[in-house]
Amino acid sequence: MLEVRELECVRGDHRLFKGLNFTLQAGELLHLRGSNGAGKTSLLRTLCGLMVPANGDVLWQGESIRSSRDEYNRALTYLGHLNGIKGELSAIENLQISSSLSGITLSEEAILDALTKIGLAGREDLPTKVLSQGQKRRVALARLLLSKTTLWILDEPFTALDVQAVDDLKRLISEHLNADGMVILTTHQHVEIEAGVMKEVDLSA
Amino acid sequence: MNEGSLFRAWRAMLVRDMLLAMRRKADVLTTLFFFLIVVSLFPLGVGPEIETLRQIAPGVIWVAALLAAMLSLGRLFSDDYDDGTLEQILLLPHSLSMMVLSKVFAHWLLSGLPLVVFSPLLGMQLGLDGDAIILLMITLALGTPALSLIGAVGAGLTLGLRGGGVLVSLLVLPLYIPILIFGAGAVESAASGLGSEAHLSILGAFFIVALVVTPISTAAALRISLD
Repeated sequence: MLEVRELECVRGDHRLFKGLNFTLQAGELLHLRGSNGAGKTSLLRTLCGLMVPANGDVLWQGESIRSSRDEYNRALTYLGHLNGIKGELSAIENLQISSSLSGITLSEEAILDALTKIGLAGREDLPTKVLSQGQKRRVALARLLLSKTTLWILDEPFTALDVQAVDDLKRLISEHLNADGMVILTTHQHVEIEAGVMKEVDLSA
Repeated sequence: MNEGSLFRAWRAMLVRDMLLAMRRKADVLTTLFFFLIVVSLFPLGVGPEIETLRQIAPGVIWVAALLAAMLSLGRLFSDDYDDGTLEQILLLPHSLSMMVLSKVFAHWLLSGLPLVVFSPLLGMQLGLDGDAIILLMITLALGTPALSLIGAVGAGLTLGLRGGGVLVSLLVLPLYIPILIFGAGAVESAASGLGSEAHLSILGAFFIVALVVTPISTAAALRISLD
């Protein structure tokens, strides 16, 4: 369970939000809303532990994420604005390296399978810098398929994706939620994801 | 299982950085050629008297090694910062200091080790004799890892700043001074018959202290830079 207590975030001398409280249980989806500059990305980065909150705390399974960082990171996959893939490496190499960095060994078949599912079959050996914006995003999304983490934090996951890929990603998120996963995402698009519980937090309010 | 996965991740990080460098050979070669060219300029500027050259050789080679090490520091974390992979490294379920250590080791293999390997060539060019050249290689082998380790702290702190390249030199070069003094000093004092053991011991001590302290400080610097 992820719990956010009295969270306050300050950037420079500008306070983005304060007194933010919510909890997220297994199988729940949190849709984070807010206008541009409301602090959505800052909140997501704080939830990942990349940013230190000015006040308040984020708790994972009842423990502050700063005191149990390794355990929390083991349960977390974060997809930010940047794809976090290397342009010089191919899609397969990127996924192989990112999985062995997180301590999982994957067979090449498993990775090829994930790339096929995400619609990148035939492009797996090209350096990712020659791929289009949307295809690069798909390589990043393939990480979600291969990860065995519980909590997904996705910052604008639908940008640059075509209709087919948006549907694929929605299905992926639903499957994850049905398997007792948790998802936090921001998007300006209308999302219809079949999920047990859907929560919303509006930062502009 | 925990230690096994840390070791796997450590190795994966090393392999990753070496693979990236192989895809971008120009970066590695730039550092090496910079080193070779800077040292080769001295005989042209100072004049060809072999006695003068022999006297200044250790200092010249060491200063050139410092500058070459500086040159490659900029890219240590900045590429990963720009494409978002550094964020992902911070979110790995392993100690960030160990990941930093792996990256710094890769950095040394790519920028420090070539300097050690090619230093005999420059030593001969400046008229050093066989013993002095071997000693020069030993000091560089002990000193350049410390340069990479200390430089990593500066590179982490200046990440994402405008003009970070110049700032990192201002931050790191003063910290390189002791290594320069004892590195070049070892060769000079051996040449004057004083023996170099004391210098080498101090150089080794610098390396060990840097090995223990700097990965932790670099990890902290990276967390601050990404906040």
